[in-house]
Amino acid sequence: MRYSGLRLFAEALRGNTGWKPAWRDPPPKRSYDVIIIGGGGHGLATAYYLAKEHGITNVAVLEKGPIGLGNTGRNTTIVRSNYMLPQNHFFYEKALSLWEGLEQDLNYNAMVSQRGVINLFHAEGTRNAAVRRGNAMRLDGIDADLLDKEQVRALCPLIDVDNGRFPVLGGLMQRRGGTARHDAVAWGFARAADQRGVDIIQHCEVTGIDVEGGRVTGVQTTRGPIKANKIGLAVAGNTSRLAQMAGIDVPIESHVLQAFVSEGVKPLVDQVITFGAGHFYISQSDKGGLVFGGGLDGWNTYAQRGNLPVVDHVWSAGIAMMPSLSRLRGLRQWGGVMDMSFDGSPIIGKTPIDGLYMTAGWCYGGFKATPGSGWCHAWTIANDAPHKLNEAYRLDRFRTGHLLDERGNGPYPWMQ
Amino acid sequence: MIRIDCPWCGVRDEVEFTYRGDATVVRPGEGASEEAFHDFVYKRANPRGWHVEWWYHGAGCRQFLKVVRHTMTHEVRAVARATEMPEVPAE
Repeated sequence: MRYSGLRLFAEALRGNTGWKPAWRDPPPKRSYDVIIIGGGGHGLATAYYLAKEHGITNVAVLEKGPIGLGNTGRNTTIVRSNYMLPQNHFFYEKALSLWEGLEQDLNYNAMVSQRGVINLFHAEGTRNAAVRRGNAMRLDGIDADLLDKEQVRALCPLIDVDNGRFPVLGGLMQRRGGTARHDAVAWGFARAADQRGVDIIQHCEVTGIDVEGGRVTGVQTTRGPIKANKIGLAVAGNTSRLAQMAGIDVPIESHVLQAFVSEGVKPLVDQVITFGAGHFYISQSDKGGLVFGGGLDGWNTYAQRGNLPVVDHVWSAGIAMMPSLSRLRGLRQWGGVMDMSFDGSPIIGKTPIDGLYMTAGWCYGGFKATPGSGWCHAWTIANDAPHKLNEAYRLDRFRTGHLLDERGNGPYPWMQ
Repeated sequence: MIRIDCPWCGVRDEVEFTYRGDATVVRPGEGASEEAFHDFVYKRANPRGWHVEWWYHGAGCRQFLKVVRHTMTHEVRAVARATEMPEVPAE
């Protein structure tokens, strides 16, 4: 069923009785060409691009619960490509270009809104770093504009640009950045993949990965064994556990990142704005709630909930940047479990086990990468080799020393 | 709020401490293989369960502690001095 304005109109006249489920609920077959473990945005996107770009449609996506309830439903919905390292430029720019055409491609309203992303700076050192990053972006053809204090004030009058402790000197703006509707991304990819023949199997938890002679042969699940010669992992937060089922250790620790939504208010914040003197970023959803987040709680955890010290830090940083937030009530707060890699950059590629692939280690950046991650992961699975765009994200870079440490933090996952 | 029973200072809130990662990894000796150093820097069990980890009590006694904490419940089961190895529950 194709969605369109005409269809919406016709259904309204018929009392909305003609809508069908957006994807099937098939039982698992005994074998597939490719199994994708993890029915979040990355896994569903991988299945979609396998079918669309490579004609591989005998694919199952296995999800332990309902799709999209992991990190896909737990992020702050920001899309951007404002990185400094060239390897990250090309990959995230690919992802952003896929976002720009996603709704037409999927025939699904993912509410992609290129409202602009502004990174504020408050001191000369951080201004220099922002200028350097902006120039690096522009050299690779990515849009970046340097804003001065008055331009920031004009774009968002609520920001306390004259704050005594953290005065705003300006900001680095990527106008093509913005937000998307996170649930719609999962649903849109699920529906589009399903239409191309992919089986989306929910409530099917993988309990083992079968490896014979260094090759994967299938998986054990709560709904029985399923055979496949190629398996892709897209299980952010749990990559270590799944990889250990296949007998490999990955350079990843699991950490929790919290996010928050305030009560709904009239339009206050037109862009995505990040504070430069603490960990805080904010945007406003179409329902009016302010959506914001901060840094990691900082210790290994698999629990999807955080602790109060970070709640305190995030609100404090927000109020320092935008004092009127102090009058708002928080409505919801939640945590998602991140794969924190040892250099802050993701892993998309082959593993030491033949036929086992992964898209993992997404740290804070998983949502914005969703279509690019799926696209590159699908290419890698279809060709049994990484695409040029994700070659730098190989798992063995930690052995060869080709690290991608965007922030220069060193091998400490909780500090990335 | 995680509360840690520091052997030197008593029970304190997590905000007094800085997390310093997995305390089961041991630096290889001089002349150890590249593989051993790779594992020391990058290989982690990342368990869903009991985890032995370093916490630095920066706002207290400024000692490094070994803490046994559960990564699903966040329960702190044992706290030991840096030179000791606390007992890790089986389950």
